[in-house]
Amino acid sequence: MSAAYVTKSPWVVHYDGSSCNGCDIEVLACLTPMYDVERFGIINCGNPKHADVFLVTGSVNEQNKGIVKQIYDQMPEPKVVVAVGICACSGGIFKDCYNVMGGVDQVIPVDAYVPGCAARPEAIIDAVVKGLGVLQAKRDAMVAAGDAPAEAPAEEAAPEAAEEAVTEEKKTPAVPPIFTMAEIKVNTMDHLKK
Amino acid sequence: MAKRTIVPFGPQHPVLPEPIHLDLVLEDETVVEAIPSIGYIHRGLEKLCEIKDFEQMVYVVERICGICSFGHGWGACASMEGALGVEIPERAEYLRTILHELGRIHSHLLWLGLMADGFGFESLFNHCWRIRETVLDLFEKNTGGRVVFSICKPGGMRKDISNENLQEMVTVLNGLKAEIKEVTDAFIYDKSVQNRMTGVGVLTKEEAMELCAVGPTVRGSGVRQDIRLTGDHGVYKELGFEPCVEEAGDCMARTVVRIREIFQSIELIEKAVAQIPDGPVDVKVPKKVDGEFAIRLEQPRGEAFYYAKGQGTKFLKRMRVRTPTNINIPALVKMLAGADLADVPILVLTIDPCISCTER
Amino acid sequence: MEKITAVQDFEYVELSNLISKVSDLKAEGYRLVQICGVVLDDETYEILYSFDKDHLLKTLRLDLKIGVDEVESITGIYWPAFIYENEIHDLFGVQFNHSQLDYQGTFFRIVEETPWKPKK
Repeated sequence: MSAAYVTKSPWVVHYDGSSCNGCDIEVLACLTPMYDVERFGIINCGNPKHADVFLVTGSVNEQNKGIVKQIYDQMPEPKVVVAVGICACSGGIFKDCYNVMGGVDQVIPVDAYVPGCAARPEAIIDAVVKGLGVLQAKRDAMVAAGDAPAEAPAEEAAPEAAEEAVTEEKKTPAVPPIFTMAEIKVNTMDHLKK
Repeated sequence: MAKRTIVPFGPQHPVLPEPIHLDLVLEDETVVEAIPSIGYIHRGLEKLCEIKDFEQMVYVVERICGICSFGHGWGACASMEGALGVEIPERAEYLRTILHELGRIHSHLLWLGLMADGFGFESLFNHCWRIRETVLDLFEKNTGGRVVFSICKPGGMRKDISNENLQEMVTVLNGLKAEIKEVTDAFIYDKSVQNRMTGVGVLTKEEAMELCAVGPTVRGSGVRQDIRLTGDHGVYKELGFEPCVEEAGDCMARTVVRIREIFQSIELIEKAVAQIPDGPVDVKVPKKVDGEFAIRLEQPRGEAFYYAKGQGTKFLKRMRVRTPTNINIPALVKMLAGADLADVPILVLTIDPCISCTER
Repeated sequence: MEKITAVQDFEYVELSNLISKVSDLKAEGYRLVQICGVVLDDETYEILYSFDKDHLLKTLRLDLKIGVDEVESITGIYWPAFIYENEIHDLFGVQFNHSQLDYQGTFFRIVEETPWKPKK
């Protein structure tokens, strides 16, 4: 495995789409002393806004595609998506199921695919490290295009412009929030009326 | 009355790798009611079982859950063997028991790690999972897989495990005992861990029975309920099995049940390896399934129910799997009512939830 | 050595006396193990109610005409049955009446109709 790409300390966020749990525990196993991804500076964090790499296990379905998309949209640019396990790649053994849409690439762009059922920890680590090469390329492309990546000093950008950008984003959220009050179940609403 | 707020918990939540969604109705910091909703991982595997023939189906059933995959494979095979009227060789029954108990050790170590992570003891999590890797190595050596094994088939086992390998398994597990004890003592005797778990999420004996809870959740509340006692599956009667029961009914009691079960499983494996007879590990099965059969299995998380109904072809009419987490959700809802918001993650973890199992 | 020891105890129950039968089992100290739906043919569905007492399994078998018969909920007797009843409602399209916790079709939120549901 080449760690030559690793010049930064990439953080990952993990979401279990519609999997059997096998790849999820292998993702967690990567963090533990046997495989120990922290030696590459890789940390698993729960907050998508902290993360550079998005690990998705399992296929997507109608119900979780919005969540996958929302987590993806919340991550700062540049970002990399790794599909872990054959279900995340193509749907795998679950492809014929009625509630499975297929691989994660149906919803968000994927940069690295890890086959296997379940994917082995070595393969997952390898994919993350490969993904970092993509991450670096994306960062370089952003710098070349004059778009400041997340690490650039803020002084150069005009503060008004930055503020404007934020309001712009607020006006048109990429994905509507998932848990609107209207969607919270009837029972809950009944309960509140009591 | 304090103002009521609804806080959504999940589906993407740092404490649990799997998506479960709860609507927590709060009064200040106290949970008044929790309303679970599921369906994020529902794949429709019971339907997939009907369109795969009954021998391929085992691969599907094993992928209901990657943690108790051996048990699921066994349950599906046992229900079909029942429907087919096939009796499997004794050695296969012993091998299944041994691998199932090995699966219980790995599952409980995994859960202890997640629990430690749940109450913020990161290094304890890492230690539990470090020990678990040794158990997974045993699985990989003997079955070929770390997560999904595909070693059960209707009629027995796909391959034999040599007596030397079984003996080595016992040696390795006995060697692990001291390490496991060191780690699990931290759960039982560490003051900060006790603060988080003792007296939290109490489920009385009556409540546990009323809510039809299963597995360590009900055994932690003083109920002697364990499907291994029935002798329906495996060779537990021959091994002189007696379940681990704790009385207190709180998070600590459920943890202690699981810790004791790890050591018990090592002993069961040791006894089984000493008794295992030589002989074949599979028998020929008919090509068509007719009839129906229901069987239960004690999974690491509790009682699982399997029902196979044939229709005179190689395809089943119905394969029903009821997993332990499914029926522990009412107990979870009960425990959450009245709990502090900050305790919600460890209460969710305390039933050892497996959402992939629940939704299939 | 006797291998298959799981006793298969299936008993038919009528739609009209389901509640009284389940109440009797509850009074006798049975625990609810599971409820599941089975599609027998296009019109007939079967619901299996499994109970456990002293580690012995007992199953009630209820036949119903789908789309015509509606089943009385047993959540009043066994509250945890809401898990199964909502599941069968969402996956099989069986109507349960007087449930104590009715998700009204939002328990399994599936966009596509499941193949088990009756064909209209």
